[in-house]
Amino acid sequence: MEDTICSIATSVGIGAISIIRVSGEKAIAIVNKIFKGKNLENCLTHTIHYGYIYEKNEKIDEVLVSVMRAPKTYTTEDIVEINTHGGFVTTNKILELLLENGCRLAEPGEFTKRAFLNGRIDLTQAESVNDLILAKTDKARDLALHNLDGQIKRKINKICTKLMDIMANIEVNIDYPEYEDIEVITNEKVLPILNVVKKELEDILANSKNGKLIKDGIDVAIVGRPNVGKSSILNHLLKEDKAIVTNIAGTTRDIVEGAIILNGFLINLIDTAGLRKTKDVVESIGVEKSKDVMHKADVVIAVLNNEEGITKEDEELIASIPVEKRIVFVNKSDIKNNRKINYIKGNTKTDDGLDTLKKEIVNKLQLDKINSKDMTYVANARQIDLIKKTFASIESALSNIDSNMPIDIVEIDINNAWKYLKEITGEVYEDELINTLFSNFCVGK
Amino acid sequence: MFDVIVVGGGHAGCEAANACAKMGMKTILLTMNKNNIADMPCNPSIGGTAKGIIVREIDALGGLMGIVADLTHFQIKMLNNSKGPAVRSLRCQADKKEYPKKMLEFLSKNKNLTIEEGMVEDLVIEDNVVKGVILEQGQKYYSKAVILTTGTYLKANILIGSSSKEEGPHGEKRSNHLSDNLKKYGLNIIRLKTGTPPRIAKNSIDFSVMQEEEGDNVYYTFSHDIKPHYDINKQQKCYLLYTNDKTHQIINEHLKESAMYGGYVTGVGPRYCPSIEDKVVRFKDKPRHQLFLEPESVHYDEWYLQGFSTSMPTYVQEQMVHSLKGLEHAVITKYAYAIEYDAINALQITNTLENKVIENLFTAGQINGTSGYEEAAGQGLMAGINAALKLQKKEPLILKRNEAYIGVLIDDLVTKGVKDPYRMLTSRAEFRLILRHDNADLRLREKGYKIGLISDEQEQRLRKKEEDIQKLLEEVKNKKIKLNDALKKIFEEEELLLPQNGTSYAELLKRPEISFKLLNKFNDFNYDEEILEQVEIELKYSGYINKALKEAKKLEKIEEKEIPDDIDYQKIKNMASEARQKLQEVRPKTIAQASRISGVNPVDITILAIYLKKEYNKNE
Repeated sequence: MEDTICSIATSVGIGAISIIRVSGEKAIAIVNKIFKGKNLENCLTHTIHYGYIYEKNEKIDEVLVSVMRAPKTYTTEDIVEINTHGGFVTTNKILELLLENGCRLAEPGEFTKRAFLNGRIDLTQAESVNDLILAKTDKARDLALHNLDGQIKRKINKICTKLMDIMANIEVNIDYPEYEDIEVITNEKVLPILNVVKKELEDILANSKNGKLIKDGIDVAIVGRPNVGKSSILNHLLKEDKAIVTNIAGTTRDIVEGAIILNGFLINLIDTAGLRKTKDVVESIGVEKSKDVMHKADVVIAVLNNEEGITKEDEELIASIPVEKRIVFVNKSDIKNNRKINYIKGNTKTDDGLDTLKKEIVNKLQLDKINSKDMTYVANARQIDLIKKTFASIESALSNIDSNMPIDIVEIDINNAWKYLKEITGEVYEDELINTLFSNFCVGK
Repeated sequence: MFDVIVVGGGHAGCEAANACAKMGMKTILLTMNKNNIADMPCNPSIGGTAKGIIVREIDALGGLMGIVADLTHFQIKMLNNSKGPAVRSLRCQADKKEYPKKMLEFLSKNKNLTIEEGMVEDLVIEDNVVKGVILEQGQKYYSKAVILTTGTYLKANILIGSSSKEEGPHGEKRSNHLSDNLKKYGLNIIRLKTGTPPRIAKNSIDFSVMQEEEGDNVYYTFSHDIKPHYDINKQQKCYLLYTNDKTHQIINEHLKESAMYGGYVTGVGPRYCPSIEDKVVRFKDKPRHQLFLEPESVHYDEWYLQGFSTSMPTYVQEQMVHSLKGLEHAVITKYAYAIEYDAINALQITNTLENKVIENLFTAGQINGTSGYEEAAGQGLMAGINAALKLQKKEPLILKRNEAYIGVLIDDLVTKGVKDPYRMLTSRAEFRLILRHDNADLRLREKGYKIGLISDEQEQRLRKKEEDIQKLLEEVKNKKIKLNDALKKIFEEEELLLPQNGTSYAELLKRPEISFKLLNKFNDFNYDEEILEQVEIELKYSGYINKALKEAKKLEKIEEKEIPDDIDYQKIKNMASEARQKLQEVRPKTIAQASRISGVNPVDITILAIYLKKEYNKNE
């Protein structure tokens, strides 16, 4: 049997209540050991019970406990949820008690994994739930919920149906070549359909970038020579917007000094100065790591300080940032040798220009135009990868049409595209092609 | 005492008996009527899409169907010629009188083969091993292996309207007890249904209002061993006609009188072979359905009305036929009928076509749930080969999905089972780009040679072909284009893009519009047509062929991951219960086969693979 697992289901921190979820064969028995109230083992499924959590004779918290028995639960196993009065200390204490009594701490996403393995949800749903758990902002949560709604699935299924209809038609032409009433699908007829599909995939891919922005946040790097005022800008942004996180030791990101929310989006502020602190020698701006951060960032703010004049390094720095993600902030005064570079004039001492800077970040990414409710997001790396493969297959089919390959060769790529899409939704039916063929066409001797 | 008893003389039985006898087995073929050997109770044609490739494969392996069809047809056509090399397939109109005669002639050449008449009603079984068969009157025939190819004769019912007769095609006796006895021995019996259209007297047909359907004016053969013997200008014509509003109206009015819609049929019919009632009901919006008139034999006056199979009562059939243009005064010589019959559950057989419950019992053809002469013959051949190999204590011959349509057919049967009679379709073969009409011998002949069904001489011809292909491939790879006036002229005439000077011929041939036919206008690649074709295909589609070959390699790798026979699926944790149940039922031989079972998801396969690693490779 699988271990009984537990974890805190709500976000850790301040909140009116916290929920601890326990799932597995022994869920009810284990919670029952630390619960005083009704005997949970005798309770009906999907019922809530009032009582206390005790450690030996010490009362830990007043709680509500929900008992849900297999199989009609999220994981299809027995699940118990403990609603506590929140607070980091209390919640953690109860978690500890559960671990002492035979639970194992769930790995991230393990409940969802079980739900998936037990056939409760399909792949896209599993991934969406994972996104939901990891959602850091309201928009991200919105997005995750939309996936559950099957938005992606609907859009992908629509494309799948189109491809399947083409394939069924090609197959019926191949297997029943003498049926004169059946439309013979030719490369010329397939071409416009594939062009539409290609466009639809492009849209999904374009939106997927936004999806990533919403889910993982936007990386904004602040670069410039030392002592030009980078830290002042950073501190200002963090202070003003009540930074939700500070000093995260980055996982894939290098160093995130802090994160703020702007227009509902998570903005990760990356201070390249942080990278340079560890260096003994003050190197030129072009150190490898800074370059790397600048490359990965969605927006790069170059901070200049004209009191020292515009150095050659400054110029090189500005030139190295692609225009579409470049914001130049000139601290304290104007640039004398202005080379038609747009910049924001400001002063970190007086907070001048900092609101303009924030607006500029919003403008750069057109954050005000992204509406997470209207778009089909493909937000997960695996899904994006599969969409890209689908896209490549469609392109290959189109190029085969262009070079006049026979239709059954063209179909190979269409078939591959269809398979990739099916991999995203995780739904595979036996003999789908043959079933479609016989339901779409009237053939047979 | 025989080595092998083959029960049934249809297309499966003939191939099985021939293969066994040729492989040195003392063989007896038991049939109810010698005159009905290799009978074609339905359409008078052999081959067709995908099926034609099966016939080529049968021939490549040393079977008879291809050569017999070649010698007895009166029309031949290469289907899908314009649609790409992988889907080309040959079909002929075979003469219903000549074909069986010729088949019997071939069979009679085998000195190891006896053909006798008799109705088998039971098996001799000891400790779950078959030892022989018991005839209707109680005589016993003993053997080391038995191959059942009973066609539609197990508890056959012929249905016309509300009438139901307990007999097989042509009013032949049915087998009343064999399927019950098989059930008694532990086999699961299913009930299937199929049907056939009416036959029309030739002199009552007005052909002048119908569209002519001619054969090809190019010579083709199914067999790799004979040259075309017929005159392409003397092929028989078929005719195309359509149903109309009146036909549909008659059908709708009398729908409840048909055996199918009146609820007289219990068997499951094939989706790809719907009755005309089905077509009219399911596709209400179609104003007409296409029909063909095909001659049954140059010796008979009967024509087959393809596309018009029905189980309506005879008086309605008269009205239906007379509503068709050109058949207003038609005389029906045989009424259409539906036929129900017993078959076994294909999940109970292995990929050698041996039974899982009864040892040394093999089955092939409709008894396994398939439909079609070609599907039957392909299985018959493999059942015969594997029965012989088993008695010779040799490794079985199992064709993989990437080696032959026959391999796809058998793998589908034993992995997925059947719900309705199984017909081969090109779309069932995921490797169809390498399972082509043109390369059947390159794929399979060597295998046929190894087991003794292919002669030394045939094998030498194969070698020569392989060498020529290699030689020509080298030649076109090394030879470079010289842009001279002659060449320029030809390209300009054909409005083709000029190649660069110094391009290899191989590169040039990759262009879809460039063929050897064109190149030979200014060049001399002096090879047989089939060599030119092979090289052209290999060059033109090399990207996709190589990809398919790579996929096939990958598949072969997981095909090698065998699942031990003693595996207990109940012991595997976390597996979805549907998957567990399906695996238990099919008991796949390899991980690859397991992954093809419907209801077994990739996650289950991962779980299974992990389990195998943990439980069986502990000591590695």
